[in-house]
Formats: sequence, C-alpha cells, structure tokens
Amino acid sequence: MSENTLLLGNEAIALGAIHAGLGAAYAYPGTPSTELMEYLVERARESTEGGAGFKASWSANEKTAYEEALGAALVGRRSLVAMKHVGLNVAADPFMNSALLGLHAGLVLVVADDPGMHSSQNEQDSRFYADFAKIPCFEPMDHQECYDQAREAFELSERFGVPVMLRLVTRLAHSRGSFRLAAPARRDSAFRKPPKASSWILMPANAKRQWHEHLEKQKALQDYSERSPFNRYRAAGEGAGLAVITSGLATAHFEELEAEHKGSVSHLKIATYPLPEERIRELAAKHAVLYVLEEGYPLIERQLRGIIPGKTEIRGKLSGHLPLEGELTPDLVRAALGFRTLPSLQDRLQEPAIPGRPPQLCNGCPHADSYGFIKTALQPYGGVGSERVLVTADIGCYTLGALPPYSAVESCVCMGASIGMAKGAADSGFHPAVAVIGDSTFLHSGVSPLLDAIASGTRLTVVILDNETTAMTGGQPKLHETSRIRQLVLGLGADPAHVHEVQAHRKFAAENVALLARELEYPGVSVIIAVRECVETAVRGKAQVRATSAPAVGSGT
Amino acid sequence: MKFDIVFAGVGGQGAVSLANVIAASALTEGLFIKQSEVHGMSQRGGAVQATLRLSDSEVASPLVSRGGAELLISMEPLEALRYLSLLSPEARIVSAMAPFKNIPNYPELENVHARLRSLSGPRGPVAILIDAEKIAREAAGTARAANVVLVGAASRFLPIRAATLEQSIAKFFARKGEAVVENNLKALRAGREAAGQ
Repeated sequence: MSENTLLLGNEAIALGAIHAGLGAAYAYPGTPSTELMEYLVERARESTEGGAGFKASWSANEKTAYEEALGAALVGRRSLVAMKHVGLNVAADPFMNSALLGLHAGLVLVVADDPGMHSSQNEQDSRFYADFAKIPCFEPMDHQECYDQAREAFELSERFGVPVMLRLVTRLAHSRGSFRLAAPARRDSAFRKPPKASSWILMPANAKRQWHEHLEKQKALQDYSERSPFNRYRAAGEGAGLAVITSGLATAHFEELEAEHKGSVSHLKIATYPLPEERIRELAAKHAVLYVLEEGYPLIERQLRGIIPGKTEIRGKLSGHLPLEGELTPDLVRAALGFRTLPSLQDRLQEPAIPGRPPQLCNGCPHADSYGFIKTALQPYGGVGSERVLVTADIGCYTLGALPPYSAVESCVCMGASIGMAKGAADSGFHPAVAVIGDSTFLHSGVSPLLDAIASGTRLTVVILDNETTAMTGGQPKLHETSRIRQLVLGLGADPAHVHEVQAHRKFAAENVALLARELEYPGVSVIIAVRECVETAVRGKAQVRATSAPAVGSGT
Repeated sequence: MKFDIVFAGVGGQGAVSLANVIAASALTEGLFIKQSEVHGMSQRGGAVQATLRLSDSEVASPLVSRGGAELLISMEPLEALRYLSLLSPEARIVSAMAPFKNIPNYPELENVHARLRSLSGPRGPVAILIDAEKIAREAAGTARAANVVLVGAASRFLPIRAATLEQSIAKFFARKGEAVVENNLKALRAGREAAGQ
C-alpha cells in the first residue's frame, strides 16, 4: 500500500481513519466538512464483508452525532465524528464533557473551519475549543498530513484517554492532492467496556476526580507535542535571518514562498496543540522578531506572549501585519513578510467593475414557489420587510430567499433559530410572525423551539420547506419521510386542524395563499409543511435509477 | 516547471469536472498537482472558480497567487474577466463565447467579448474566444460536449500531451459507452483545431 492516491483533504482524513481501524463514524452535513462522511458512507457499503466493516451514518445534528460516536467508543470501537466549525457549537456539551471520561477506545473529532466564510455565518476557530476542553489538536498542512494525522489521532486518543481534534480549513478540505498510504491497521471487533465504569458517570464526585486526572495529563500532552515529528524546527544558518512560526495551511503557503526570501530562514512548523513551548523558546532565543502565520484567529500569536520574553516582537494578526478577518492567502503572506508581489495581467488594465454574480435558487426550485405564496399572504399586513411583518428564516438553500428577487426573509442566525426567534417576537405581542425552516434544519434543531411554542400557545406560523433532502450540502438523504414530519409535529401537541401539508408549486399558489392567510389569523401555533422534492436531487435520482437501478445512498440506519 | 490554471464559470456549468479531466491527465504524465474547488452555497448559480496547480516537483499550497496563473479556462465570457488579477502578464485565456445570463445587470455581450479581445500580452492577444456549443454540436452532435471543446482549445497551451488528454477523456466517458467516448474525442480535437486558427 504505497501507491499515491489523489483525494480531497476531507477524504484523506476519512481514509486515514479507515486505515486506523475505524469502527464507527457519525456526522451531520455542513460545508466544508461534508465529503468526509460521504466518503465513509460509500466505503462502509463496500467493506461489510466478513462483519469487519465499520458503521458510517448521518445523524440528526452534530450533538447526536457526537453522542453516537461516544457510545461506540464506550463499547470499545474506534470512533470518529465530523462536522463544520459552527456544528461544534451544537455538539459543545458532549464535546466538553467527553474530555473527562478517560476514554479506552479512540475518539477523533474532525472539525472543518471556514475562514473567509465561503459558506458559513461566522469564521470561529475550532482550535479554541480544543484549548477550552484541554484536549490535543492536530492541524494538517496538506493531504499527507490529513491521512497521517487521522491515524495518529486515534493512537494519541487511546494513549492519553482523551478525544483528539483534527482541525482543517476550507481550502484543505476542498482541495485535491496526492499522498502515500501506509499499511492499514487491523480492526478490533471485540466489544470492550471501560476498565473503570465510574469514569463515564460524571456525577459530581466522579467528575471532580476525572477533572483532576484530566489536568494531570496536561504535562504529558505537552511533552507529546514537544517531541511530535509533525512539528519541525529548522534553524537558520549563519546570521539571524527571518524567523517564522507557521501552522496548518499557512505552512503550505509559506513553504511555497520561502524560496523568494534571499537571506537565511528559521522556520518552526507547528501541527500539534498544546503548543510545543520549548521549541518556540528555542526559536525566540535567536531572534528579536518572530512572524506568526496561522489560519483563523490569532491563537498561536496570543499564546506566544505567555511563552517567550516580552521584548521579542511578534508580527501577525494582532500586530496588523496580517488581517484579522478572512482566509490567509499566499499574497497576504507575501505582503506580511515583505516579499515582492508577482506582476499580473491586471496591473496595466483599468477595467470597469465586473457585476457580481451571487448564488441563487435554481430554476424551478420549490422554495421560490413557497416564497411566492408566503409573500402574497403577508401583503395585507404591510408586506415582508415592513415594520409590521416578521419572517424569520434558517440555514439552507432557502436562506437565498433573503436576496432579490425574493427578499422574503429577515434573519439567518443558526440552525433552528427561525422558530425560537419568531416565538420570542410573538411572545412580545408581535403579529404576524412567520418562521421559515427547511426539513433537515427542522429535524436538526427546530423541534425543541416548536415544542416551546406549542407548550406556551404562542400565536405563530411555521412554514417547513420540505424538499426531501439536505440540498445545500449536496443532497444527503432525508432522515424522515414527509409523512413522519407531520406526525412529529402532531406528536409535539400541535392542533391537527392547524397542521397542513401543501404542494410547494406555483400552480397551487391560490390555495396556498388562502390557507396561509387563514392560519395567520389563528391565535395559536400553525404549521404548514410545503412539500416538493429538490429539483437537483430529482434529476440525480432519475439518472441514478437509469444507470444502476441501485438504491439511493442510505443513511446506514 | 510550474503551471497554474484557473477555471471559471457559473455554478452548475461543470468547472470542477473540467478541472478533473486535466488533473487526471497531469497525473498520468507524472506531474504533481494541487486542485482547489468550491462547494456549498456558491455552487447555486453563483460565480464559481476552481484552480489546478501542476508542477514537476511537489506543490505546497492549493491556492494560486495574484499573477501566478498561466492559463484561464472559462465556461462563460463575463466570468473570464473576473479573475484577470490571478493571471501572469504572459498568461493565455480560453473562454466560451456564450453568456450565462442569470443576473439583471449582465453587460452588453459585445462589450464583454471586446474587452477579452483587447487584452494583449508579449505574444499578442491573450484571449481565444471559442463558440464551444456550436463546435460541440458540429463535431459531436451535442452542445453538451462544449466543455470538452474548451479542454481541446486549452490543450494548445497545457504542458500535457494531446494523446494523454485523449486517454483521460476516453476514461472519463467510458461508462457512457463507445459512441459517447467517440463524440467527445471529436469535440476535443475540434476544440484544439479551433484554437489553432
């Protein structure tokens, strides 16, 4: 197994996990992390012969995914859970507490950050979560490290009994590169429960002991980092030249450009956290100025202040040498280090601005038709966007309804927030308040706030846009049939007379407008489920049936 | 040798597949590559960019620097104009002529073409405009081969042998049967010819 393989960064991690003897993997789709689980689901279907296969499943949300992975680890399986950066907010509860459990089977958390916000609502840096939970974190610079560190993360997790985070960023998750494979480890198929049962029962007496033990491990984790071959220190030759600390993808940008520097270079490449402090001090001892290149927030830059003498000048994001926002690029690194920029075809041109081309809903998208009836029904109240009408929305393709020509929704904060926020406004007496949420988002985080609204009899209208897939991330399979979303809503206690399923198609616009208009006047919770399959998955589904007549990708549940 | 390529288009036009075909050819020739692509929200009818970096030694960064790219392949003329800053002064552009109009303020098409044609480098005109759909219909009997026509046109400038590209195209379409492979090879050659005129 030494051939070169060309894969996405996400896939390289997935393959590393398989070769580490993965037993179970769980995820909720979210850009830029999605392809990791897609790859595992695909490979799990191939590897079930002989019962030695692993389990790979999509979950309702990141919290349930994390807990499912934790349960697999509880019975001795090497487990992986993957999500995007904001997904870790959802999974933060099991994540923080899992640090204390004293794991006996490896648990690896893969988080894909999205600096630059290509497809996200913020650019939070997951390394802070690893620091917060005091667990180790790997930060790969390329595809080889994605593969190698995924394997090493399981080893480390079991050696120290802690979950290990693997943090990557959009441009690594979504780039293809080649790397070498090593021989796969054998999968351990025996169930093994924890040697000390009480370590998993975090009631105060046990939790205090576990927290103490976790703190005691910190020195050993630090030592691991000092000796890890993933961290590399290369000292300058004669004379104190340029001194640079890099991590993750910033290492790749720097190594690319390093040849452009004429003098000598001292370079410390960091790929593991907690930081290798001794190596940092070794570098700082020889240089008055240190550059720090890192993707995301200035985490290394901040921590350096507690590690090296105050007189050392640190140049990075806090000093203004690099921007605090957006993703790092080779050009930003050039500018920060004072390297020459390359001549460009653009230099001699004085071109008028090119009109932007923002993303938009596909032709024939059912959401467009749903926004049509929602806007018409709200017209008598002053219309969407007026002071007298509130339409909250959520996260998915339908967020594009905020843009012209729809301009139909007024919020996008986090998964499930549409219903809770509309309830908050309605509780204050605001009417009409309408929440628009997709089927996957509803199942992810919309059920609990709807329960709140039903319990308190809030005057609220919820429109669930059911396109029968998770469209934005590429059409992952639905967890529930449409009919079961209706049953779920009824099970929460909604009045059946005010729970409706309608066709999300413009040919039913008149009926849908009339229905919504009626429900807006109902002084309680109404739920309208607007159903029509995503046009993208419909086309793909037909093509798939034609090509193979194989069943659609199952969630493995 | 280092050779960076930028692919431009609108979400759904197939920028990533186009990059995949050329990446596969580069691997066959033993080159090192890093390929970067866009997923998620911007796929939905928005401006989409992919990059492919080829080299005879390891490529570290997946990203192309300003002025770093030698070739821009665009499936749409307005999108070609969006990434000029990534191109070196010696770069070449191969762009389809047909517009993808899904924005209300799309400029006059003639002006877009004229701006592309006016670009000049040390070897004269930078851009080659290809009526990819028309050529595809004539050569392969279907406008769906338009992207392959673009690959053919771009092959004039790629550090990859034409025969290797043909192999990759054949492999890429093998699942769809011999007739489809044959038509796409015709589209590839027609594109190459069109760029040579």
